[in-house]
Amino acid sequence: MTALRVLAAMSGGVDSAVAAARAADAGHEVTGVHLALSANPRSYRTGARGCCTLEDARDARRAADVIGIPFYVWDMAERFAADVVDDFVAEYARGNTPNPCLRCNEKIKFAAVLDRAVALGFDAVCTGHHARLGPGGGSRAGGDAAGRPAGQVRLARSVDLAKDQSYVLGVLTAGQLSRAMFPLGDSTKEQVRAEAARRGLAVADKPDSHDICFIAGGDTRGFLESRLGSAPGPIVDHDGQVVGSHQGSYGFTVGQRRGLRIDSPAPDGRPRYVLEIEPVSGTVRVGPAKLLDVDDIIAVRLVWSGRMPPTEPIEATVQLRAHGETFPATCWLEGGSLRIRLHSPARGVASGQAAVLYDGDTVLGSGTISETALGSVSARG
Amino acid sequence: MVNLESAGDRHKAPDRLASGTLVYLDHAATTPMLPEALAAMVEELAHTGNASSLHNAGRRARRVVEESREQIAQAFGARPSEVVFTSGGTEADNLAVKGLFWARQAGPHPRRRVLATAIEHHAVLDSVQWLGEHQNAGVEWLPVDSSGRLSPDVLVAAIERDPDSVALVSVMWANNEVGAVQPVADLAAVASEHGIPFHSDAVQAAGQLPVSLAASGATALTVTGHKIGGPVGAGALLLARGVDPVPVLHGGGQERDVRSGTLDTAAIRAFAVAVEHATARRDEHAARIGRLRDTLVDRVRSVVPDAILNGPAPGQHRLPGNAHFSFPGCEGDALLMLLDAKGVACSTGSACTAGVAQPSHVLLAMGADKSRARGSLRFTFGRTSTQADVDTLGAALGEVVERARRAGRQASPPTGTQPAGQIAAAAAS
Repeated sequence: MTALRVLAAMSGGVDSAVAAARAADAGHEVTGVHLALSANPRSYRTGARGCCTLEDARDARRAADVIGIPFYVWDMAERFAADVVDDFVAEYARGNTPNPCLRCNEKIKFAAVLDRAVALGFDAVCTGHHARLGPGGGSRAGGDAAGRPAGQVRLARSVDLAKDQSYVLGVLTAGQLSRAMFPLGDSTKEQVRAEAARRGLAVADKPDSHDICFIAGGDTRGFLESRLGSAPGPIVDHDGQVVGSHQGSYGFTVGQRRGLRIDSPAPDGRPRYVLEIEPVSGTVRVGPAKLLDVDDIIAVRLVWSGRMPPTEPIEATVQLRAHGETFPATCWLEGGSLRIRLHSPARGVASGQAAVLYDGDTVLGSGTISETALGSVSARG
Repeated sequence: MVNLESAGDRHKAPDRLASGTLVYLDHAATTPMLPEALAAMVEELAHTGNASSLHNAGRRARRVVEESREQIAQAFGARPSEVVFTSGGTEADNLAVKGLFWARQAGPHPRRRVLATAIEHHAVLDSVQWLGEHQNAGVEWLPVDSSGRLSPDVLVAAIERDPDSVALVSVMWANNEVGAVQPVADLAAVASEHGIPFHSDAVQAAGQLPVSLAASGATALTVTGHKIGGPVGAGALLLARGVDPVPVLHGGGQERDVRSGTLDTAAIRAFAVAVEHATARRDEHAARIGRLRDTLVDRVRSVVPDAILNGPAPGQHRLPGNAHFSFPGCEGDALLMLLDAKGVACSTGSACTAGVAQPSHVLLAMGADKSRARGSLRFTFGRTSTQADVDTLGAALGEVVERARRAGRQASPPTGTQPAGQIAAAAAS
């Protein structure tokens, strides 16, 4: 094996610490780097957040000490604010539901950080993501038949499906993946924690982070309101009748049921859900659950990391949100976008989320959901 | 139960400086302890006795403290009673700035203005800032020129706007980042004319320049042990007689009722040993590290012709052990990391938040733009520095700057693809 010069991104959590330790054990020359993503980091972790406080930086530093690797902090606050936080706010303002973790992987960890690392002489960036990365091509019979260039890196789900993060890595290009190292993909979270304890890493029992790291206390609506201000608008039912009002359409996500504060009950007495957000007029359309069903999806900003762009329709399974279920679908290119026809409808698909295409466990590519509709089922029926 | 063996093991982090495989060019951060100081400290640590106790053991400790005080006083042109021991430079600066400000609030006409340069060490800078934000002080930052020096005329003008309202003036003797030496005696004379207390942080100057409380005319001087071969944790505020700052630390009043806390006899003794040695060899030491610094400046300029030497030209207005460069197109933290990987230790010379380098307030105050301030490195020399250190740096610097420049280019080219899953395969092993 060639010893590589590896930059291990260390958030201060257990996963990235064990990933760095494994890379070092494998004989690589590993340097730990904590990414400072906030210009004014808070002192302590609150709730279940875990990456952006001084305490997290300290945890990362201690883990690097224990592993025995050099450690530095890289200031990525400006890039993070521009590429992730501002993008997050702008997407909500457009009526979309962005995934900032995915954007951070795409723009920060495997772009700004990776580019800097490569320029400084590193070969790869190692993270604690739960996903597998292996040589593709010849490793499976029929690899080339699937349209994959021989030898290309293959991104696949973690063996721990509950912790699998291949979805938020699905936006990475083959070039980005070729410089990535995910040493945890063959382990369960439980195994990672046990190994951390065995290695004497104090972060072994640090809680998982769930919330969006730059939103203190998990109050997304409050955060958006502070950035976008109050923008009142009507809540209308699917017939166009006004049934309530809101202080900003950015506070809603397609499929959302709670917090609508609608005065009159629905005629059928059943709960109502957000069906659509119209950002220009600030209109939030609600309706019964069955109207959330979609089976026809258009995705843009396409990335094909696991195969060549298909020249004819392909069968794939599609994941439409982080930790969401998967749907068998037929997919084909139409101009610059991808048409995804689900074999059975999915409920509550928000534009702005990624659609990640899988062949079994392997990521084929991804796109950003731009339009959804229900049509083909009834058309076919 | 505490496992002593494994607890001990945890501290056996490899020390490349001690093993001679590290080129250490960061003596302004801290410098190796003088062997004589280390020996004195270890010997003293074996003794028991609180210097404030009245029995035999206490008297013994007191004697060590007072002998040390006399040595330090003599080295810095002060009387023994003018030496107030502290835990180091930061505490001494806090006591001087806050204590003198508070003392000047007594009486019918409180004096609110605090004058300090914009390039002070954070121990002064943040203390002054705090007084402004929490104690109603009127903070005025005195501007420096592009080499980092304060002109006495600037101080004169600032004071004369309203002399009676000035609580104190604080101007560092020599700047820790760019090595600019201030005209302390002239500045102190200006303040003294108006009866205004004048404090100077002389932490970096001590051991390289003749620092004297009496000769400078200052009211208070900050010195510390670990920049001159003593231990971390022992320092002093040299405080003219008759000046009584309000204490920051309250308690037993051990030091002139101005500073409380059990005296650290062993550290104070080692501090005194280091001060004695540093004073005795000061001129010879300054000349030697000055020559090393000059060769380093030449080497850096020949390897990186567009490097900018920040601060005054080498000579009487610059600390002999200091060189500080901006490398256009580079980020200081990238340079530091690459040099560190080659076994060369230096500093970006600026303060850190969670290890994140902020653009240096010193360079910004000298008129540098943000990118020049971020792309800088400080090299500082000390007792153990050699020509070989300069040679190693000179050999490493070219490639390091070139790499950092590549990384610093904002419009970086797209990342090239690695061949055939080599990294993924390597990771799996």
